[in-house]
Amino acid sequence: MTTDAAIEAVGVRKAFGDHQVLRGLDLTVPRGIVFSLLGPNGAGKTTTVRIFSTLSRADGGSVRVAGLDVRTDRQRVRSRISLTGQYTAVDVAQTGEENLQMVGELAGLRRRDARRRAEELLDQFDLTEAAGRRAGTYSGGMRRRLDLAAGLVGRPEVAFLDEPTSGLDLPARQAMWRVISDLAGSGVTIVLTTQYLEEADQLADRVAVLNDGRIIADGRPHVLKQQVGGRRLELTFTTEPAFDSALRILSHRALSRDQHALAISVGTDGDAARVRALLDEIDPDRDRVRSFAVHDASLDAVFLALIQKDSSHV
Amino acid sequence: MSELGVALPGRVSEPGACGARRGRVMIARCLRLGWRNTDALITSLVLPIVLMLLFVYLFGGAIHTGSAYKTYVLPGVLVLCAGFGSALTAVRVTEDMSGGVIDRLRTMNVGGTAMLTGHVVASAVRNAVSSALVLGVACAIGFRSGAGLTGWLGAAGLLMLFIVAISALSAVIGMLVRSAEAANGCTFAVLFLPYPSSAFVPIATMPTWIRGFARNQPVTPVIESIRGLLLSHPAGNAPWLAIAWCGGIVVASVAAALVLFQRRAGEG
Ligand SMILES: Nc1ncnc2c1ncn2[C@@H]1O[C@H](COP(=O)(O)OP(=O)(O)O)[C@@H](O)[C@H]1O
Ligand SMILES: [Mg+2]
Repeated sequence: MTTDAAIEAVGVRKAFGDHQVLRGLDLTVPRGIVFSLLGPNGAGKTTTVRIFSTLSRADGGSVRVAGLDVRTDRQRVRSRISLTGQYTAVDVAQTGEENLQMVGELAGLRRRDARRRAEELLDQFDLTEAAGRRAGTYSGGMRRRLDLAAGLVGRPEVAFLDEPTSGLDLPARQAMWRVISDLAGSGVTIVLTTQYLEEADQLADRVAVLNDGRIIADGRPHVLKQQVGGRRLELTFTTEPAFDSALRILSHRALSRDQHALAISVGTDGDAARVRALLDEIDPDRDRVRSFAVHDASLDAVFLALIQKDSSHV
Repeated sequence: MSELGVALPGRVSEPGACGARRGRVMIARCLRLGWRNTDALITSLVLPIVLMLLFVYLFGGAIHTGSAYKTYVLPGVLVLCAGFGSALTAVRVTEDMSGGVIDRLRTMNVGGTAMLTGHVVASAVRNAVSSALVLGVACAIGFRSGAGLTGWLGAAGLLMLFIVAISALSAVIGMLVRSAEAANGCTFAVLFLPYPSSAFVPIATMPTWIRGFARNQPVTPVIESIRGLLLSHPAGNAPWLAIAWCGGIVVASVAAALVLFQRRAGEG
């Protein structure tokens, strides 16, 4: 029996000793999308990915990946997935090309096809120039890209990426984001884990938030952000009359105000044109707003809000 | 950048490479990694030669074994070096088991068999080369064997069997321990095993309490038979004992390695 979903997990439980890490995780990931599993350090993201990718067995519940049961159909599941783990799996003493070629041959490609596939991926991941160099000489970002490429050599249906950008600096992280974004729509289902809402927002079509061993929220990233407030534009005014008139104009758009500090905050997506328009609207003569700042809804805030909502349901 | 839009149509339909292919790819990988690990390579090629020269020229004058010492000691040095070189397999295996590599390989259906094959065969090749080098230098400084072709082939075969046995045993150690340092420590145990044997001095010259161990430990029949074959001495039942020991070690190690691989890789 095959299903349409790339992943269907029901009631997954897993404990290490008496430490219950997953307590009934339910998750459905449609095919062909970029899916992000978001959660703080220690939430159980790696544990979940290892169970989904057949490396670890759940204590209870059921998981189907690419339509196959990970427990009873291990081998076939493995031929349809790939895993790019939290720690890179490239051989530093092999060149980028050799690494990919090896993985290709292990995946069942002929030598010649493996070489072609390696060249294709090196090009796609911006590694052609470094193809002949040992991976040990690569920067952290290049090594991660090579690792990700290795995960795609066998053309998996579902590719798992466990914290693909952790430990990378901003430029390397952005390069990784570009590469992952380019994969979207290619047919492969990408399941990535991250600790950053911003990253999930950038990359994923859908996000699930993992907390306390269960999925506490699941949906499109912007919806999730709206649920918890998204970003805030914080305005500080020059005088009390300026503050009062802005408050009149903004009325219900004001999310919060602080009479004493002459500060009002409103929701924003951070778009410059819209921020400018808003400033013009409340301050046409450019003498009322003293300063403004955009604050991200931090992951902490998101979790706090979600956890509060979650526990109010119980 | 090219499109990945072709991802699905060209999918690989079979579940990865067949077992033999996987083994071959893993052998190529282990050989390449071994070849490129320059420090370890130099150690495993140069150290044996230095050891042999040490025994022949430094101790050779003081030790009287009844024949020219270089002739007496060469089989021992060969076995010592092969043992040491093979034991390095433990370090390689530990490195593979503790990095991210093992997860990638497992999700590609590369199991314990392919892993073990890769490491053991690569080790066998490395040690065959280093043994040949030791032998070459030994001949250059005057080692003479009275053996015919069968003697040489027999000795080479036994040495290879010993190398495979120690490599497989070391792979087990590599799967048991958690760090490369610990694995390295274990290789030293193997390095010292040939000393209380007939490798460097006849057992009769040892203190009595150690003789029992020296006579009955696995390295002794290996050395005795290689010595016998190379020097055309009668070796008695030593070759059979050696084959039994090594064969037993191989079988036990392979079984243990496969079980350990499953267990070790399946945790977490
Ligand atoms: N092999 C293991 N043995 C014992 N505890 C583990 C093991 N793997 C993970 N854990 C524990 O499970 C929890 C979740 O870990 P993990 O899945 O790695 O979280 P994340 O990837 O979200 O940071 C942590 O508390 C961690 O200490
Ligand atoms: Mg993790």
